[in-house]
Amino acid sequence: MKTDIILAGVGGQGILSIATIIGQAALDQGLYIKQAEVHGMSQRGGDVQSNLRISSDPIFSDLIPLGGADVIIAMEPMEALRYQPYLSKEGWVITATSPFVNIPNYPDVEAVNASLAKLPKVVRIDIEALAKANKMPKAANMILLGAAADALGMDFDLLKAAVRTVFAAKGDAIVEMNLRALEIGRENKG
Amino acid sequence: MKKLLLGDQAIAQGALDAGLSGVYAYPGTPSTEITEYIQEWCKHHPTSSVHNRWCTNEKTAMEAALGMSYAGKRALVCMKHVGMNVCADAFVNSAVTGVNGGVIVLAADDPSMHSSQNEQDSRFYGKFALIPILEPSNQQECYDMMAYGFDLSERLHLPVLMRIVTRLAHSRAVVQISETARPENPLSDPADPAGWVLLPARARRKYNELIAAQPLLQESSANSPFNKVLNDPKDFKDLKDSKAVIATGIGYNYLMENYPDGAPFPVLKLSQYPLPQQVVTDLAAQYKELLVIEDGQPFIEEQLIGVLPSANVIHGRLDGTLPRAGELNPDNVKQALGLPSAQAFTSCDTVVGRPPALCQGCGHRSVYEALNKVLANYPGSHVFGDIGCYTLGALPPYQALHSCVDMGASITMAKGAADAGIFPAIAVIGDSTFTHSGMTGLLDAVNENSPITVVISDNLTTGMTGGQDSAGTNKFEAICRGLGVADEHLKVVVPLPANMDEITRILREEIEYKGVSVIIPRRECIQTFARHAREKKKGL
Repeated sequence: MKTDIILAGVGGQGILSIATIIGQAALDQGLYIKQAEVHGMSQRGGDVQSNLRISSDPIFSDLIPLGGADVIIAMEPMEALRYQPYLSKEGWVITATSPFVNIPNYPDVEAVNASLAKLPKVVRIDIEALAKANKMPKAANMILLGAAADALGMDFDLLKAAVRTVFAAKGDAIVEMNLRALEIGRENKG
Repeated sequence: MKKLLLGDQAIAQGALDAGLSGVYAYPGTPSTEITEYIQEWCKHHPTSSVHNRWCTNEKTAMEAALGMSYAGKRALVCMKHVGMNVCADAFVNSAVTGVNGGVIVLAADDPSMHSSQNEQDSRFYGKFALIPILEPSNQQECYDMMAYGFDLSERLHLPVLMRIVTRLAHSRAVVQISETARPENPLSDPADPAGWVLLPARARRKYNELIAAQPLLQESSANSPFNKVLNDPKDFKDLKDSKAVIATGIGYNYLMENYPDGAPFPVLKLSQYPLPQQVVTDLAAQYKELLVIEDGQPFIEEQLIGVLPSANVIHGRLDGTLPRAGELNPDNVKQALGLPSAQAFTSCDTVVGRPPALCQGCGHRSVYEALNKVLANYPGSHVFGDIGCYTLGALPPYQALHSCVDMGASITMAKGAADAGIFPAIAVIGDSTFTHSGMTGLLDAVNENSPITVVISDNLTTGMTGGQDSAGTNKFEAICRGLGVADEHLKVVVPLPANMDEITRILREEIEYKGVSVIIPRRECIQTFARHAREKKKGL
């Protein structure tokens, strides 16, 4: 098996935490992993992405080729669209619906939604509203990951186990909240 | 034991396991995480005496590492590629003195300039200095090459340059690491103490020794476990149109990405230099056409043109088979190999750029707001910028900077511009950049009483690389006074919107002063402020 994932968002939105959980789940299965990240200047409110590759065979390139991504997971809808040249023909886009507007020329939200609608397999989920309604503002990224679980083709229990491992040091309450966030994401992906 | 590590972290762990005694570095993307990993490791190993404090700049780092080597111990020097320019004097001469304890100089290049002002290829420095160069192709090699590199350095008595690129530095993979670490070297005297004094007569002897050692470097490259010919060329004799490919560093990964079951032509994977000439000449004798896949500048390609007979056709970055600038990726390599793209969707028209910006609440914002207010009344004004988060002041909404060249250039360029007649000439420099390379330029300005206004925007940290300690924290007034800045023209302000009237008044006064003024807007970086608050909450 081989799954190529692009994680997209704006600096500070927590895409690397999503990558850490998926990476941990892959490690637990003894799979090969490569995860390229963006550090440095672009983390200051610019667009950021991480290329995450998981495979049962050795992986060569740290970067995913054009048309190669099986899943794009985006914390922000325009950031999902930024990487559509990398999306495979049958690839999934799992994206948050709330725009993050920190630039003066952010496109019309309707245009963003229309562009998303042109892609074949899209899950749009209002993670901010769900996080707020469930009093877990810091777990919006885990809600998104829950919504992506099926597209990732990953056993949900493995993702849960990875959440337990990664958040263990932060205490039971945080672990439970993030587990619940995963469930909420899975249940609300429409 | 297996660990998921960034390329940078694999280097750090490899160095620790190879008997490292000290890391010396100035933060710079994409090299910063090496030193940070060693610092974190030392926190968890309180009995360790491995040196791990940040240095003031890359030159002080290189020299301190050379001192540790003189004393017989192993040292690692880390920097981003442009740091090589800063430490070049010490670096090149360290090849002439040679080393006692092993020295690895780690240069992290940034092709495509993700976080840099150029994309120079550090391998040229290694060739220039006549020393071995290692270029790992993956995270495992990053780890393995540290022990290998220190051994090579100690065997040849030369520093070894290790060159990585952003995509390796900042990508994670599972790395097999050793259960045990080698011990550090004991203190020892250098074998050739006179050779460390590079007076001309001795330097000539040492330089001749360095040249005489070159065949050993060739031999080491030819026999390197990291250089290999894959797919025996003999197996391809019948393939009329076959070419051979030379792939270096991570270029090898992008090649193999396209042929996961093995390439249908011979491949020379290169990860150690100098270029093993015999290996390359043998390959070229059998294959007229060679494609060179190397990330960075055409280092190997240019050498091949000089080494191989003119009958050979060499493809690469120079003939346009690969782009002349920018990093390699699976797609431009795929195209160079003549394979079709798998792209299914074109770029989306709706998407616009989202450039990085100064954080909301950042003190640099108040500095630029004040500067713009005051300079609106000075149509001839020019503001010379420097390297750091505050370089973003060149972009909207402030558009307040007219230059950004290299560490420290703000002060010296403002001085030169003032010499030429520009008024007002203003320098904006960060605290860490000022101690890195701004102090000497300020002394030049003081000695000539140049009419410049220097703004040292002090956020108490090295911000852009993630908030590392800044060498001059709490010392800036003393440094400026010591360099001769007059007390009455050395002002400290707190860059907050509420203080705008005071800041603009002081700026106006100091611009009107026809000599050197230094204004220090001082407020902690909001990123480190938030981090310190979190640490305090956790009781750290």
